[in-house]
Amino acid sequence: MISTLAIMALGAIVLGAALGYASIRFKVEGNPLVEKIDAILPQTQCGQCGYPGCKPYAEAIGSGEAEINLCPPGGMDGVRKLADLLGREVKPLDAEEKPKQVAIIIEQTCIGCTLCIQACPVDAIVGAAKQMHTVVGSLCTGCELCVKPCPVECIVMEPIAENLDNWKWKYPVFEIRRAA
Amino acid sequence: MLSRLFKFNGGVKPQTHKAPSVELPIGQAPLPERCYVPLHQSIGGAANPAVSVGQSVLKGQVLGNADGWVSAAVHAPTSGTVVAIEAHVAAHPSGLPTLTAVIVPDGRDEWIDRQPIDHRHLAPEQVRELLRDAGVVGLGGAVFPSHAKLTAAKSIPVEHLVINGAECEPFMTCDDMLMRERAEDIVRGSAIFRELLGARQVLIGIEDNKPEAVAAMREAVSRLGEDYEVVAVPTRYPAGGAKQLIRVLTGKEVPASRRSTDLAVQCFNVATAYTAYRALAYGEPVISRIVTVTGNVEQARNWEVRLGTPMREVIALAQPKPGTHQYLMGGPMMGFEIPDLAAPVVKATNCLIAGSPALFPPPPPEMPCIRCGACAEACPHELQPFELYWFARARNFGKTQEYFIFDCIECGCCSYVCPSHIPLVQYFRFAKSEIWAREREKQAADAAKARFESRNAREQREAAEKAERLAKAAANRPARPVAEKADSSAPPSTAADGVGMTTSPAVANVDTEADPAPEATAIKQATIAAAMARARAQREAVQPKNTAALTDEQQRQIAAIDARRAAVAGQADSAPGAGDG
Repeated sequence: MISTLAIMALGAIVLGAALGYASIRFKVEGNPLVEKIDAILPQTQCGQCGYPGCKPYAEAIGSGEAEINLCPPGGMDGVRKLADLLGREVKPLDAEEKPKQVAIIIEQTCIGCTLCIQACPVDAIVGAAKQMHTVVGSLCTGCELCVKPCPVECIVMEPIAENLDNWKWKYPVFEIRRAA
Repeated sequence: MLSRLFKFNGGVKPQTHKAPSVELPIGQAPLPERCYVPLHQSIGGAANPAVSVGQSVLKGQVLGNADGWVSAAVHAPTSGTVVAIEAHVAAHPSGLPTLTAVIVPDGRDEWIDRQPIDHRHLAPEQVRELLRDAGVVGLGGAVFPSHAKLTAAKSIPVEHLVINGAECEPFMTCDDMLMRERAEDIVRGSAIFRELLGARQVLIGIEDNKPEAVAAMREAVSRLGEDYEVVAVPTRYPAGGAKQLIRVLTGKEVPASRRSTDLAVQCFNVATAYTAYRALAYGEPVISRIVTVTGNVEQARNWEVRLGTPMREVIALAQPKPGTHQYLMGGPMMGFEIPDLAAPVVKATNCLIAGSPALFPPPPPEMPCIRCGACAEACPHELQPFELYWFARARNFGKTQEYFIFDCIECGCCSYVCPSHIPLVQYFRFAKSEIWAREREKQAADAAKARFESRNAREQREAAEKAERLAKAAANRPARPVAEKADSSAPPSTAADGVGMTTSPAVANVDTEADPAPEATAIKQATIAAAMARARAQREAVQPKNTAALTDEQQRQIAAIDARRAAVAGQADSAPGAGDG
């Protein structure tokens, strides 16, 4: 009887020590789920979801306090991916889906106030005080954060047109009339 | 002589339709009224414009320089004046525009100063640069810059150099005619490639339905005293695919997502070898190519066409018969329908086909896949098209990659044999371009994230530096009695935010420094308000033009608009005033 207890106690101590060691040795920094959610989000850092950036929104989703349908730039595609990852139900997007856009500064009107430069989350606007500013199109995420601060309303958002670089083969579609 | 040839899996034997276009020798296409030379004519970077609008250019002058290593230069196809560098419809299934140099020929067709070069006196790197600057690219249709394929890996010496004259696509005879008429230059071009790669053996593969080309090439090889082997390979589509021809000639199978150079084999098209020789021995850059014009036409023939000639003019040479309802660029298996005949002939244009409902009957309606496996039997890459189809149709792109969709060469054998008439290749093209688009989006998102994070880090660092500066300035000033009081009430977070900001004068200083801040904000706001006023004044200062002779109707309209404007302005002015009050 005592030997049995001793064996069980020894086993418990050994296994407990092993588990305790493992929890320190293989400690996971941060929440891995948040990283996965963040990887799905489009990283426009636009704040349209109501959180100050993609990472905070990912954290909010991860902790269960935010819905998954708040990200307009991610679109329905993003909602579907998040639903897949989290095992939640797909919900319609809580805003209208927009085509990908790029900000353009109307340079004749720009007064060089640098307010848009401060607003841009990805440093995609170049310019200096009292100098004309311009948007580096390839870096612009289309987040629209620069539009509001502009005191002279010289920033417009333009949808990115189809060109040879982003052209895609279409999904094959056939006329039903011909097939009938 | 090779002891035996090898086989590749599958393949099909469509009707060749090659006979009509080989009756006449290669003709010289006339000079077009305007040449539209796209600056992006190869895989890789688009060439950077090297001429300006209004400049007169000579035949063979560089219009665009190669952008980076995987890119090739483009040249003026004739002498004349550059009248525009603008967007013009591209030779592409989308019919979208691309940056194009428009040249109005002066009719003199005057060459630049051509410098024949003996490549044997040059270092291999210099030869490669010359080929890049002469715009030599793979003319089989893939237009990959040739110089980039001529860099032999040090670890694997190239054993076989395969020269591809198989030309397996139906209708197409441009390589056939080139081999019949200009065999010697092709052999000499192959010699250049062989020297650059240090290949042990040169194999020239030609489908056995072209006996004249085989004979011409054999004769040229023996006349030049080379030890190349000209091999007639069995006619079976797609024997002209690089990996298939390598398999047939050497028995080596290129594994998934690897390159033939890993197996010590490199492959070039015959026309590429020809242009490489012309570029070095005659100093002539690639400004024209042989194009087969065939199909539902009166006179099918091969033409040597200047690059940039509008396709409409080239097709007119063959006199299309009535009943032509579409035009294809490339062969019927891998080509595409040209959306706009204003598109120019480019380096990838090997064949133009006038299609009639008799030649290309409309495809029967798509039926459900019955998983018969006929497509897998026909696939020359031993893929499983029925599985790929299933996943591509369901937009399950991860799975398509697991089934090696990127090894698909889009040869069309699967669609050809499908008893349910499913356009399988269209599904695969759709899946591939979707995957590329997602890849691009992912890269853009990663870049945006990195920039956002570095911006945040910079802002934090700047805030910390400012706090440190203030702390230092405060420490240099004599301490004030307020300091003690502030020290006890200082919130711990202030100390944590600043670096080394634990001294009491610092905190006091922050308190005192805070006073001028509202003043600065007020100044800033005033400046902004002034700027807004200026901008508005500028907008209003614009005087309308052409107001001399207006009709009564127009005057009335203008008056109405002005009244509306005044009303709106009045509202806008009163709104902020109300807010302030």
